[in-house]
Amino acid sequence: MKFYDLAELATRNLRESILRNSLTTLGIAVGVSSLVAMLSLGIGLQQLATRRLRKSGLFDTVVVTSRRDLRSFGREQESSGPAPAESPALDEPAREKIAQIPGVLEASPDIRFVTELRYEDKLHLTLMAGIPGSAKDRDAFEGMQGGFFSSDTAPELILQKSFAEELLGRKRKPGEDDANVADLAAPLLGKELTMRYAERVAAGRSATASVQITENHPISEPAGAVPGAAYSVVSRQLTLKIVGISDLDPDSLRGPVRARVFIPLKLAESLHVMQPNVRDTTAAFSSTPTYATLSVRVRSPKDVQAVETAIKKMGFNTFSIVDATRSMRQFFAVLDLFLGIFGSLALAVASIGIVNTLVMAILERRREIGIMKAIGASDIDVKKLFFAEAGAMGVLGGAVGVALGWAIGRVINVGTNIYLRRQELPPEQIWFVPWWLVLGAVGFAILVSLISGLYPASRAAQLDPVQALRYE
Amino acid sequence: MTVGLDKFNSDSSSAVHCENVSRYYHMGQALIRAVDGVSIQVRAGEFLALLGASGSGKSSLLNLIAGLDRPSSGNVIVQGRNLAALSPEELSKYRRHTVGMVFQSFNLIVSMTVLENVELPLRFAEVDRAKREALAREALGRVGLSARLGHRPSELSGGEQQRAALARALINQPHLLLADEPTGNLDSRTGTEILNLVRGFNESLGMTVVMVTHERALAERYASRMIFLADGRLVDDQPNLAPSAASGARGGES
Repeated sequence: MKFYDLAELATRNLRESILRNSLTTLGIAVGVSSLVAMLSLGIGLQQLATRRLRKSGLFDTVVVTSRRDLRSFGREQESSGPAPAESPALDEPAREKIAQIPGVLEASPDIRFVTELRYEDKLHLTLMAGIPGSAKDRDAFEGMQGGFFSSDTAPELILQKSFAEELLGRKRKPGEDDANVADLAAPLLGKELTMRYAERVAAGRSATASVQITENHPISEPAGAVPGAAYSVVSRQLTLKIVGISDLDPDSLRGPVRARVFIPLKLAESLHVMQPNVRDTTAAFSSTPTYATLSVRVRSPKDVQAVETAIKKMGFNTFSIVDATRSMRQFFAVLDLFLGIFGSLALAVASIGIVNTLVMAILERRREIGIMKAIGASDIDVKKLFFAEAGAMGVLGGAVGVALGWAIGRVINVGTNIYLRRQELPPEQIWFVPWWLVLGAVGFAILVSLISGLYPASRAAQLDPVQALRYE
Repeated sequence: MTVGLDKFNSDSSSAVHCENVSRYYHMGQALIRAVDGVSIQVRAGEFLALLGASGSGKSSLLNLIAGLDRPSSGNVIVQGRNLAALSPEELSKYRRHTVGMVFQSFNLIVSMTVLENVELPLRFAEVDRAKREALAREALGRVGLSARLGHRPSELSGGEQQRAALARALINQPHLLLADEPTGNLDSRTGTEILNLVRGFNESLGMTVVMVTHERALAERYASRMIFLADGRLVDDQPNLAPSAASGARGGES
């Protein structure tokens, strides 16, 4: 029998016992929807967690230091790579080379220095860091009061909550909860601070134009010296405006050397702040900037290892936090498996429904099967017909089930977000139905239906036509 | 294949050749001999009536000739092929193309219209859709049911249902028409109409007809030969030299 005829006869037969077949199909649909619902929840949660980890900036960052910077030397680093004195300088050409390693999104200099900040005639000593514009979307700035820097060179700063507390002179008692960032922001946002820092200036060079200069004591270059070998350290000050108070700790990756005050990276670079490292104090001043540390951001946590290896080959030290996403993926694979098994249980029950329906149909249509055989249907024709009926229920049940599962997902997503909004939390997408799940679920439904149809179909095919025709 | 087959092949006028055919059933401990060592040779174009009381084995023999059942022993040879040796697939092909069957209880599929019922054997024969409908319409025209194409069997009278069944049996232009008590569920007038149609096909198309009946009068009226069975055995085989009611009685065809 031709496929078209088979399909037509199958749908005609399904229509004949419309109620029973609809109920069976509904059973498959419920099974598929539970499978889709379970798996899309697992996938959604995994994506949410991955998104969170990525936004945290903890697992996609590699910190690169020069081997000449002996302060950050561990035993392991001593025994590998070139000797510190022979290692390459971490300068601008090296930064550009690192930025071109496959998987690297950006390689920005890590500038951090101790500075003196004056606020309302009171001095505060703290560690300050420059942050690139790309950090804006990181999780670390979630819940921040105020806003991000208006530009990459704006004389603006963002305070970490704890420093804001210090500025306001608030002291937290032991056991007390974290201060509410909104309370801290109200008196501080828009206020100005004066920063004092030490600029390294080449002898004879004029100070950077963008910096407000109040004191300048250039030392004249000694006669006969190599140009740039002599430099002076100039004390300067700069007025900065507070634009944001961060609730979280944007620099948590740095542990003990984490900064509590942040300025735009480009601004930090332009200040030429004297950094406390040996090379910086002994090397000649050159037009090529040299960095103590680079912060390299990679496309995905999976790329961290390869990028680290490539950078180590260049002769630098690297540091990263072990990829937490790997174990997380493992966890979600197991979770998805279990959710899939539970989701499939309903489909297994539905498959028994198919067997039941088709076996009933054989009993009812015994005579019809006998007639078809008498007028020339082969055993294979009869088998195919029952198979096609099972398959048609699978296709229909699968399609309805995917739609149902998707709808359940939407409802739960909307419900969750209403709840989150009430808790004053940002909305989240905890439900995700990828296209492969849609196709896979329909395919799985058809497969389960066909397997369920195996027994009834072969039973129908084996029916003895003489017996079947005698049956009333 | 067998000695019988060679013998059959040499006689080209033979349509069906049953060679010492038996069909036994086990019913608990008992062995039922439904057909017991029957040998018959049916000539092409013959109108044969199988007569006998209920349980005499006439329907069992017809099922063996139809290829719906296989003999316990012996051979059934139709058009040079021994049905006992055919594979299930070949047997279904045989039923599709070589024989047409009509039953006492019409055996139309109730969920299909008359046209669809008649078309059904063509679906199994994988005939194109357009051609299928034209052939079915033509066959239904021949049995006088052109006006009832879209009706379901339940909306037809017994006679009309049997005509539809006859159209279905003839749609694949078989060589052999097998009828199992075709008038058993019909009144005598309608039964006569149906048999007139059958005889018309027998005469005009040269189609061999084997009809099972328990009504001797009908057999004498239409068949050219009568075979009597009792307890599965052949008890008498007589030609009916002058079947009555010739062409004049074919009024029911219109």
